[in-house]
Amino acid sequence: MKTIAFASRNAKEILRDKQNLYLGIGFPVILLLLLTAIQSNIPVDIFEIEKLTPGIAVFGLSFISLFSGMLIAKDRTSSFMLRLFTSPLTARDFILGYTLPLLPMALAQVTFCFIVAIVLGLSFNLNILLAIILLIPATVLFIGLGLLCGSIFTDKQVGGICGALLTNLCAWLSGTWFDLDLIGGVFKAIANALPFVHAVDMGKAALARDYSASFLHFWWVCGYAIAIMAIAVFVFTHKMNSDNV
Amino acid sequence: MSAIKITNLRKEYKDKAAVKNLNLTIEQGELFALLGVNGAGKTTTIKMLSCLIKPTSGDAELLGHSIVTQPIKVKERINVSPQETAVAPNLSVSENLELVAGIYGNNKFDTKKKAEEMITSFGLSDIAKSRAKTLSGGWQRRLSIAMALISEPQILFLDEPTLGLDVLARRELWNIIRKLKGKVTIILTTHYMEEAESLSDRIAIMTNGEIKAIGTAEELKKQANKDNFEDAFVTLVEKDGAL
Repeated sequence: MKTIAFASRNAKEILRDKQNLYLGIGFPVILLLLLTAIQSNIPVDIFEIEKLTPGIAVFGLSFISLFSGMLIAKDRTSSFMLRLFTSPLTARDFILGYTLPLLPMALAQVTFCFIVAIVLGLSFNLNILLAIILLIPATVLFIGLGLLCGSIFTDKQVGGICGALLTNLCAWLSGTWFDLDLIGGVFKAIANALPFVHAVDMGKAALARDYSASFLHFWWVCGYAIAIMAIAVFVFTHKMNSDNV
Repeated sequence: MSAIKITNLRKEYKDKAAVKNLNLTIEQGELFALLGVNGAGKTTTIKMLSCLIKPTSGDAELLGHSIVTQPIKVKERINVSPQETAVAPNLSVSENLELVAGIYGNNKFDTKKKAEEMITSFGLSDIAKSRAKTLSGGWQRRLSIAMALISEPQILFLDEPTLGLDVLARRELWNIIRKLKGKVTIILTTHYMEEAESLSDRIAIMTNGEIKAIGTAEELKKQANKDNFEDAFVTLVEKDGAL
């Protein structure tokens, strides 16, 4: 009951901020429409709808990190956190309370992105459902990144780190905007060591019915999701038990 | 059983002791004020008693439960109205109240019922559906105290409850606090001498992390040999060389 009460509050706080909705749903959809329009006039292999959609879906998830990070950082730097920390809420209640409302939001965002893609010509089949399900660890990864940033930084810093740095990292190192083979070298090695390109390639492989490739990338993303979430939980719990909330 | 029994409570930050081996007993239903200049150790004491920070040494029992070994049991029995208004800005007045009732373990039915009761008793009916961020400072503070009371705490910490409020809003909050006297043990910190004198059963004056004087307002005036409580406070604090 305690966790549900807290999670319900967090859902309301995020959903009632209209800027969140515009950025989280509107911006990825605008990008999808824009790049599809470019593709229809100047065909580029990488912007074909079945290759572009997973990239935009993963890019959209970076805004989930921004929402969660901002909410936690704002709570942390206000007296409201003092009220919460003097209540019987445990570290488990806090982490679940921040994470649970974001999971359905992130999944809804990914699903909406695929629905728009179907309208734009993505052929409708069960592989879309598989791609959405496989992206669940990616949603956990981005929520974890938000929890981690919100536990360490102020809301202004989270705005810069998640709003600018993470979205750009996710955009440039995911292979959505250009083929990583075109640059190659260290850039490609860094991109392959990070989870973003694997999340996108996992979605692309699922849509292309290349299930073995899809699951290979899936484990990369799962590993990162577990590691980032574990670090986020450790940092949040450490902060909660320290003198400097 | 006493509401609060503090034994050798100490808090150190690096080389500085913010609270030095505090010993104090507060009875149930008492309204106890902690006074002191900035940095005297009032807020650190309240943070330790409300399990927000851990003491360096010593302990305190709140209704028989240790703040060191049983913090969750303590937290279930207390509530805090922090120095700055602590409300969820995008939630309405009734949603803020329901949130606190929920996180203290009330079921959906009790949560709604208690929120309605608090809305009535705190005169919040006209603004029940308004978002907290749209309220004036006075209404936000009133809501903040209602949120602290909805869990029916046996001990309530009020940290500078009337800071920044105009005279009328302050008097209104005093009336609310007076109505709680005897029912809830209240620990009040304030910079307003008039507030402490008017509301408190007993007052402790802290300087440099220690209690320098303790008693009723009348006893403290007598001890300082002053007719005015503010003068008595200054005399007792200056005696320690803290000003």
